[in-house]
Amino acid sequence: MMTIRDWFKSGSPWIWLTASAVSASLIMVFGILGLVAVRGMVFFWPSDIQEIAYQEQDGSQVRLIGEIWETERVSAVILREGGNELPDGNDFVERHLLKTGNRDLYGSDFRLILEPYVRERNTPESLMAVERREWGNLYGYLLAVKENGRVVASGENAFAELEKRLERVLDLHDQSKRIEKKEIGEINYGLERLRLRERRLELDGKLTPERSKALARDRATLGADYAALQTRLSDLYQQSGRDSFTATVQDGREVEVPLSKVVRVTLPNAMSVFGKSLRYMAAVWEFVSDEPREANTEGGVFPAIFGTVLMVMIMAVLVTPLGVVAAVYLREYARQGPVTRTIRIAVNNLAGVPSIVYGVFGLGFFVYFLGGSIDQLFYPEALPAPTFGSPGIMWSSLTLALLTLPVVIVATEEGLSRIPRSVREGSLALGATKFETLWRTELPMSSPAIMTGLILAVARAAGEVAPLMLVGVVKLAPSMPLDLNYPFLHLERKFMHLGFHIYDVGFQSPNVEAARPLVYATALLLVVVIVALNLVAIAIRNNLRERYRALEN
Amino acid sequence: MSVESGLISEQQQTTMKEKTLTHGINLAEIDRADTITALRDVEKAIHVEDLDLYYGEAQALHGISMPIARNHVTAYIGPSGCGKSTLLRCLNRMNDLVDGCRVEGRITLDGNDIYDKKVNVAELRRRVGMVFQKPNPFPKSVYENVAYGLRIQGIKDKRKLDDAVEAALKGAALWDEMKDRLNDNALGLSGGQQQRLVIARAIAIEPEVLLLDEPASALDPISTLKIEELIYELKKDYTIVIVTHNMQQAARVSDYTAFMYLGKLVEYSDTNTLFTNPAQKQTEDYITGRYG
Repeated sequence: MMTIRDWFKSGSPWIWLTASAVSASLIMVFGILGLVAVRGMVFFWPSDIQEIAYQEQDGSQVRLIGEIWETERVSAVILREGGNELPDGNDFVERHLLKTGNRDLYGSDFRLILEPYVRERNTPESLMAVERREWGNLYGYLLAVKENGRVVASGENAFAELEKRLERVLDLHDQSKRIEKKEIGEINYGLERLRLRERRLELDGKLTPERSKALARDRATLGADYAALQTRLSDLYQQSGRDSFTATVQDGREVEVPLSKVVRVTLPNAMSVFGKSLRYMAAVWEFVSDEPREANTEGGVFPAIFGTVLMVMIMAVLVTPLGVVAAVYLREYARQGPVTRTIRIAVNNLAGVPSIVYGVFGLGFFVYFLGGSIDQLFYPEALPAPTFGSPGIMWSSLTLALLTLPVVIVATEEGLSRIPRSVREGSLALGATKFETLWRTELPMSSPAIMTGLILAVARAAGEVAPLMLVGVVKLAPSMPLDLNYPFLHLERKFMHLGFHIYDVGFQSPNVEAARPLVYATALLLVVVIVALNLVAIAIRNNLRERYRALEN
Repeated sequence: MSVESGLISEQQQTTMKEKTLTHGINLAEIDRADTITALRDVEKAIHVEDLDLYYGEAQALHGISMPIARNHVTAYIGPSGCGKSTLLRCLNRMNDLVDGCRVEGRITLDGNDIYDKKVNVAELRRRVGMVFQKPNPFPKSVYENVAYGLRIQGIKDKRKLDDAVEAALKGAALWDEMKDRLNDNALGLSGGQQQRLVIARAIAIEPEVLLLDEPASALDPISTLKIEELIYELKKDYTIVIVTHNMQQAARVSDYTAFMYLGKLVEYSDTNTLFTNPAQKQTEDYITGRYG
């Protein structure tokens, strides 16, 4: 007969307790990831557009067209208090959030509808969803396609014609985008460099008439290039402005939209599951590869991914040598005693300082003091406009390097302390100096530990947002920190970051409801990016560890 | 018989110290050589003179004085903790690495004090190689292990390195086993192979003296035999000092043997005499297995 006492003594409760702690952690991790993944990924699925006959409070019946965005059960009492008349007998009523789009016509993308007032709902195949560059989506029935105001197609074959013409317009749009971004960007960059060179020469008192003539000549060349591009651009604009289409929207109005304002047209109700899957993948790809539109609420997040990864990489490049060197001194050269112990405690405590404090420090020290001094010394020609004296990716990386320094130091020290004394002595006994021993044997052998430190540092740095808001992150960066203009890596530029993007889209956006799924999608992407960075680091570490494997025992 | 009685009496030590002070080192050396009959006609590589060693407050070695014969094998025996490894590690200043370790007295290598301030320790260790109790190859290839010391010296010429690695591996009787495995990780070798590799690594830089700290204690009998044969081979070219607590091993491989006890040198003479006709009661007790 097993008593409770015996059961306790057997140790089983302890095993259960520990195991349940593990399961709780697992459930939480997978819960977070699952929620983010589901909410984020569902967003890209082209859902059906419904045509709803809806009875308004005043008894009139209206037609609504849109996607059901969200459905919740609301207490009928609350709704009645709010002035809604509801049939008796229901305690709860379903309330839908309907994305009706056409913000240009109705002033808002969404409206709430109550299930009891829905009189009829259909999903007609001819309902069209139009993604536009401005004013969000448009839902409606396609009437006709026009060229220069003249109808070229209507009825059955209008949609095919629309798709064909849209392809042409999108192609033109790509061309003009390339000219705007790349070629005109290059010219602007060149002009700016010319201006700075002139100012520099002026400051140095070396601006001779010949030189200023040469500069003027260069400027004139660039100006001519610019003018040529401008004509090409306006030509492209004109061409893409040729076509338009007309559609009827939910209240029966007829609207005309130029194709140059359209990103994509679809007939989601007519799509097969396969077609929707293709559309889904295209949407996901667009999300990760495109630039954001409409105050970040539409389009992709590529600049943010790029900024995050680049910032973390620069951070890793900065923090590794610094942390390793500091750890080497602490472990190998410094006399072990109260002083080193105090330093160690201080270093460990640095890891516990709230990250925003680092942000404040970074802004005060790096941006204003260091950056300001650099500007005075090296970029006087640009003043009073700051070059390094304003937040940028360099200062962000440095601030995060400071933030993650303790992790690298601790991990490296750990690695150095695990190297068997015999190996160290073996090297010294061969006539190696302490430095040679460190360089040829100890550091390579502790490289897996250093990598572990770096993995932790990367994981922490990639997720940090608060300090970055002070030292370099912006809502929308006009140009990437890495591009084809000399010197290619522009460390002084501001950048976009996935973490900040989440905050911005979720809380600063003009259209919060529309952007909410984007928050989840971006969060998922941030997790994916961090995991990817970590996997790379872990792969490198495992490779190194394999090489020094036998030392573990 | 008192424990303190070593090879040199207190009185002798005092006179010798005076002589060293007044007449310089050579006089002392002559005196010293006379104290050990067996070493009288042999060229000496190292002289240990009045060596005291402290770990913090605790004294680990007490007034050790002994010459070490060139191109012979000298063995240190004694029970655990008697200071034989400590003494060995003084010979290439490995004890410098121990915090709070302090040495008094002097050790000369070819007449030069190795504890002199001007001595380059790395250079000294190049001349006095060392092999440790547990094989400690680096986590690199066999080739890189042997070439390590040479690379430290700045030798980059591939052919020179190849030749030196081959010679060292041959010298350590490892070439035949290793010639096809030069790029294998040294940590994958057996214990005996690792130990011979470590010896090869040590002789690759052509030291004058080779210190072996219980080189076979972690090995199986066959590997031990191979190491012993190797020591026999190596003494042609190297002055070898070996620490062992296997008395049979000392008897087999060494020409001279020193018995140490509690940080003092109790008896030092040629191996044959020490094992067949020890002068000290303590030595006799130890080698007959009465304690230790």
